[in-house]
Amino acid sequence: MRELMRAAFVIARRDFTAVVLSRTFIFFLLGPLFPIIIGMAFGGLGDKISKTDLRPVVGLALPAQDADRMERAHDRLTARMGAEALPTLRRVPLTPAPRVQLARPNAAVVVIVSGSVARPVVTGQPDDIKRLEGDISLIASAALAERSLHMVHIEPQQVSTSVGAQTQGRLIIGRIAQIVIFFLTILLAGMILSNLVEEKTNKIIEILAAAVPVDAIFLGKLMAMLAMSFVGIFFWGSTAFAVFLALKAPGISLPEPAIGWPLFLMLAVIYFGMAYTLLGSLFLGIGAQAATVREVQTLNMPVTMAQMLIFFFATYAVDKMGSPPEIAATIVPFSSPFAMIARAAQVDALWPHLLAIGWQMIWVALIIRIGVLLFRRHVLKSGGGWWKQLFRSATG
Amino acid sequence: MNGAPQPTYAVEGHAVVKTFGEFRAVDGVDIAVPAGSIYGILGPNGAGKTTLLRTLLGIIDPDEGHRTLLGDPAPLRQARNVGYLPEERGLYPSMKAFEAVAFMGALRGLPLAIGRQRARAMLEDYGMGASAEKPIRQLSKGMAQTVQLFGTIVHEPQLIVLDEPFSGLDAFNQGKLESLIREQAKRGVTVLFSTHVIAHAERLCERIAIVAGGRVRFDGTVAQARDRLRPQVRLRTRLSDGSWRRALPPETVAEDGAWHFAMPQEGIEPLLRALLDGNAGIESLSIERPGLHDAFVAIAGEAAARQMQDDQVREQAA
Repeated sequence: MRELMRAAFVIARRDFTAVVLSRTFIFFLLGPLFPIIIGMAFGGLGDKISKTDLRPVVGLALPAQDADRMERAHDRLTARMGAEALPTLRRVPLTPAPRVQLARPNAAVVVIVSGSVARPVVTGQPDDIKRLEGDISLIASAALAERSLHMVHIEPQQVSTSVGAQTQGRLIIGRIAQIVIFFLTILLAGMILSNLVEEKTNKIIEILAAAVPVDAIFLGKLMAMLAMSFVGIFFWGSTAFAVFLALKAPGISLPEPAIGWPLFLMLAVIYFGMAYTLLGSLFLGIGAQAATVREVQTLNMPVTMAQMLIFFFATYAVDKMGSPPEIAATIVPFSSPFAMIARAAQVDALWPHLLAIGWQMIWVALIIRIGVLLFRRHVLKSGGGWWKQLFRSATG
Repeated sequence: MNGAPQPTYAVEGHAVVKTFGEFRAVDGVDIAVPAGSIYGILGPNGAGKTTLLRTLLGIIDPDEGHRTLLGDPAPLRQARNVGYLPEERGLYPSMKAFEAVAFMGALRGLPLAIGRQRARAMLEDYGMGASAEKPIRQLSKGMAQTVQLFGTIVHEPQLIVLDEPFSGLDAFNQGKLESLIREQAKRGVTVLFSTHVIAHAERLCERIAIVAGGRVRFDGTVAQARDRLRPQVRLRTRLSDGSWRRALPPETVAEDGAWHFAMPQEGIEPLLRALLDGNAGIESLSIERPGLHDAFVAIAGEAAARQMQDDQVREQAA
């Protein structure tokens, strides 16, 4: 075991330095920051787009007095409900008929309200009527009531904790952690697919296979890529944290995960590592069978789709703690890290995590072993039965 | 080099069989490489040399039979004491020359710092000091091969296995490699190499195995191989006929005014006596010991010998 780890470390060190000291690694680090830079550069435009009024416009083909009452009611309701809550009102001529006005090429309203405040008639397409009739009815009711409509004062009674809000917050944290781990895994683990192609095309595999167990080659490559991922995550994380500190509005507080932030973050790192090595060992095993980069590229899409499926399985169960699908998601090795981080956000028990990490590690070892077996059989053309190969010692 | 006592045989294989589908690449091979010797595996391309070496080294497992490397049935456990130069040379193109040597040593347990130190010294001694810091992709093919060779021996192994080590080297570098092999052997290192060039085996090896069709056709010293054929006698006489003719062996051939025949079993003396008694008038008499090539033809067959020559011509053309 010591020799296996020593050999794996030699391989890992070579791979890690080869990647981290290459020029392309700069692009790797900066890659995720490009969207942010672009976002900032085009921020003004985005801001403008976000401020554009996209609320539906309702035309008022009402006598002037009724139109005034509708507008006043609209203003009073907006003051309480917010600007986005109700459609915009715009006066339109009383003639021609609403039907004719809506058919004009320059028509700028979605529906037209005619008749009177007491008996409004809405003209428009069925879907638009269905969508807006509730709002129009509310405005018309308020217009009819006018001054007699009293807005009831609500007395706030604040509490320091709300289990309901906390549960909701933890659920959100669980989901966010799942998404972050998933995207980091999908972004970074895919690279492992092509990891052995360099050794095969440069004929180095023969030297490695003669000097160290194939298990050590696989393990070393995984270790190197994981370490490289951590460098990236540390860089991106630090940048994100710096931006967060710079932009953080005073008073913003994040809900606390069930096991507390320090343990949660530690588990997030561990579960990312496990998700990465679980998928990475599988990718390494699959990629090791490929003879060329082209073959690896072909494998990329089905592998990504499989990852998506696993992720959807894990997210499906996130708000069903203790349910059979959630337990299944924690047991199925590939979804286990995602399901367990969601659990860490919502349940404070720690022992299931120890169990899950141990379980996931067993699977990493098993997948590496199967990958090595396939590699020895199909690439090195080595003999021996399946079971003998599966349980042979790494040094043969 | 590791100070542990060496076994009698550095490499042993018994009834080793390796098949690829229906093809028996190694077909029941028995081989024993004495510790401290230079041992050559001689055979044409496709004879099964590389598969045999890979099986003995533990890169692949045999389908049948068993092997030991430095007395250990699990070859990879002895990786620290073994150096291996594969037939298909491979290095990381972006790695610096001295780093590549040190990395190969590190794979076999040599601390990286010592490996780097030794690598620089080796490259310097070989006249490649200026290339030590260059990435492999900037080196010539011969230089890259030298780097890989240094990587094979940087950890001072007990056993060096070289698969077609002379392939791709020019005459000058082939000479240097021969010297290096002899140097290693002088230090007590066992050198096992495969080749399809008879001259290298003849010059270097104490023992050889002639391999053809996946089988070992001969295993012994070069002298023993040559002794498989009787020495060739070439006799020129003043008289073309006489009673002495009866003393010539029946398979004697007359060519260019001379008699050619294999040394008789009873030796040359009875013939000499007959020639002198018959006044044949001996103008010249030469007895030539057959070369390894002749022995190879006799052992492996004409077809294998011809293929080996073709391999050599192809390689030189390449």
